[in-house]
Amino acid sequence: MGLLELLNGARWGVHPHDDHKRPAADVPLRVMPLPAKLCVPLLQHVGAPAKPVVAVGDRVLRGELIASAQGNVSAPVHAPSSGVVVAIGDVTAPHPSGLPFAAITIELDGKDEAIPLNEVTDPFSLEPAEVSQRIAEAGIVGLGGATFPSAPKAQLGRKMAVQTLVINGGECEPYLSSDDSIMRERADEVIDGVRILMHATGAAEALVGIEDNKPEAIVAMRKAAEPFASIKVRPVPARYPMGSDRQLVQVLTGKEVPSGARTASIGVLVNNVSTCAAIHRAVRMGEPLHRRIVTVNGGAVARPGNVLVPIGILIEDLLAFVGLKETPARLVMGGPMMGAALPHAKVPTVKGCGGILALTAAEITVEDPSPCIRCGSCVKACPMGLVPLEMVARINAGDYDGADKMALDDCLACGCCAYVCPSHIPLVQSFSHAKGEIWKRAQQRKRNEFTKGLAQARVERLEREARERAEAAAKRKAARAAQLAAEAAASTGSQETSA
Amino acid sequence: MNTSISSALPAVAASPHAQAQGSIGSVMRKVMLALAPATLCGFWFFGLPALSLWLVTVGAALAGEAACLRLMNKPVTSTLLDGSAVLTGWLLAMSLPPWAPWWIGVLGGLFSTVIGKQVFGGVGQNLFNPAMIARVALLVSFPVQMTAWVMPMTGAHAPGLLEALQVTFGSGAIPDAMSSASLLGQAKSELSRGVDLLHVFANGLPTSFSGERPGSMGETAVLLIAAGGVVLMLMRVITWHIPLAMLSAIAIPAAIAHGINPARYLDAGTHVLSGAAMLGAFFIATDYVSSPTSRAGQIVFGIGCGFLTWVIRTYGGYPEGVAFAVLLMNALTPAIDRLVKPRVYGRDFKGQPLVLKTGGK
Repeated sequence: MGLLELLNGARWGVHPHDDHKRPAADVPLRVMPLPAKLCVPLLQHVGAPAKPVVAVGDRVLRGELIASAQGNVSAPVHAPSSGVVVAIGDVTAPHPSGLPFAAITIELDGKDEAIPLNEVTDPFSLEPAEVSQRIAEAGIVGLGGATFPSAPKAQLGRKMAVQTLVINGGECEPYLSSDDSIMRERADEVIDGVRILMHATGAAEALVGIEDNKPEAIVAMRKAAEPFASIKVRPVPARYPMGSDRQLVQVLTGKEVPSGARTASIGVLVNNVSTCAAIHRAVRMGEPLHRRIVTVNGGAVARPGNVLVPIGILIEDLLAFVGLKETPARLVMGGPMMGAALPHAKVPTVKGCGGILALTAAEITVEDPSPCIRCGSCVKACPMGLVPLEMVARINAGDYDGADKMALDDCLACGCCAYVCPSHIPLVQSFSHAKGEIWKRAQQRKRNEFTKGLAQARVERLEREARERAEAAAKRKAARAAQLAAEAAASTGSQETSA
Repeated sequence: MNTSISSALPAVAASPHAQAQGSIGSVMRKVMLALAPATLCGFWFFGLPALSLWLVTVGAALAGEAACLRLMNKPVTSTLLDGSAVLTGWLLAMSLPPWAPWWIGVLGGLFSTVIGKQVFGGVGQNLFNPAMIARVALLVSFPVQMTAWVMPMTGAHAPGLLEALQVTFGSGAIPDAMSSASLLGQAKSELSRGVDLLHVFANGLPTSFSGERPGSMGETAVLLIAAGGVVLMLMRVITWHIPLAMLSAIAIPAAIAHGINPARYLDAGTHVLSGAAMLGAFFIATDYVSSPTSRAGQIVFGIGCGFLTWVIRTYGGYPEGVAFAVLLMNALTPAIDRLVKPRVYGRDFKGQPLVLKTGGK
């Protein structure tokens, strides 16, 4: 395998020649001054939306619970600063569709008064379940972008008895450096969070994977991890998508996650470095997640860099803080490879938002697609070993089942194929469309089967009723006949007797 | 501020928002660049007739493409500028006898882009390598003109301009003094007469690294072709899989057979350095459109091309087999792509999800 890899080059992924991370990554962290208002969305995580526990007109303090978790997979939401709730209702979601979603709008008073925090001096004296409880109460979700609630994840890890924590400091997306920033500036918090998470999950070791294009972060994290033998900082090659959990797990542990399974099934739990820092604050200080570091970058930004922002801040306020050199040709939440294009700047940031990009027209060169020349670049780039050109050929022919058979389901939508395609074919878009279409058809099939079941049941019921009616009628008839016969017999008998 | 931003933003845009530099045109230009030294060397060896034949062939390929695009109401200029038609004509010209008459170039050029490519639906759609399909069509239709080789003649022996035009556009008869047989052709005809190779090449084989031997215009300068191939690999246009597999699959059976019976079988070096082997391995078989896309599939494809070339050269009716071998393997490309796929992460080679060994422990 080693020799093959040497001859073939990297087996997957792309290596953008300019990752655009610097100079933004090297600018010291700035703290965003409080804006006039915040729109804190209720659904900032995978799972059920949080349920508001405040009413319009209520005054809330920093760290106060404003919406509670609903169900097992959910996360509560807290007020990032003090102020008055002025609205609970729809705002535009940070999604290309521009559809509305529910949020609590708080008009800030600028005093930034906080509720008293429930500190714990020694988190390792707590039961693992208590640690998970504190993580759950703080509303912590995966800050790498997947936003899966961290508490149920830790509980799952404990239940599956995971041995290894993989701490994701890959941050492979170009332009982004919020994880880099937290590792440089708050390495101790990250490492403490890792230790708390090891305690909560029962994992014996933690591997911190950091792409080798972040030497400062590697130095800082190594220093912070030095006292702890069970935590190892491992530089990994800078190659997109190294920050994808499956790829990082494979590089760090050599294990492969079976298709359709979670990493926990092979004894590994993956958590992002920013999540670990948030866990440290939540468990030690009782501080809920209401702030995060966001990278603001892109050619249109005047002073790019990392900014500590309250969650729920409108992107237009954030852009006003860093300044714009020119009108951006595209606004993206997340990185340029997988981020979502925003419909406008009046959308709030969410817990999973690590970056806002204001890209110029030159940065997003949009070229018309030309025919596929079967060069195979996409096949070499795909980190999952798929054959994108064949899948898109089937999708274009309407053969969604054919694409599905080629393991379309395993596509990460990482964008490597579309990035390298010399014909500029919108492969990811096709795959997203096909995934939606396959899902829709599966739903339709389910619905049809359900309807068929109902119709079948009705037919059976009608048949049964008819049968029962007929049986009842027959029985009645027989009874009557028997009665008549009895009567006849009786009358004959009486006649006989009388005779 | 917001209104100005939102008015500038597109309604919908899909990720990724960044793309690597590159286009069909840039790929084609890189191939042409790698092909240029061997081509210039061909002009040097075979003089102005080779240049005029090259021009005629490329021109005909372009004309055929343009006419088809026009008929189908497709954009003409932008498609011609992607360079794929030029490259097709160029590769065909490389494979022609350098002093072939003009109409060979015209027929071949038109055949390559019209029948070989546009009939299938244009760039990216053709099942067969267009240059090779035209070469084979010419070879079976005009066997005399397609096997009329000349000795390389440089310097004072080279034909002048008028003489050159006479060769390409005139009667087409090549003076006897200049005509010559190719090594593979000589070997085949002598063997078929019952003369063994040890007698035919008693004074040593006329193989040539420099490429000064009778042969097709662009197939003799083997070192320059190989250098161009290496440049293509360095530019990441092609990978080593097809060239190495193909050359090995010619050389290994040749070496074994030659070891067993040198009187009947040519040696490996001669096979690799003769005919279209080198050009085929680096520039013809590596054609994106008509070769498999996975690395493993490319190795299978390369081995098929190489082995069939050796079989056709050794046992077939034609002295050279690269074009036939490549076309036969082109026909198998869809099957190879279907059967030889990369393993999907988290799945076995059959596409089933991997089974956990320890069951969650």
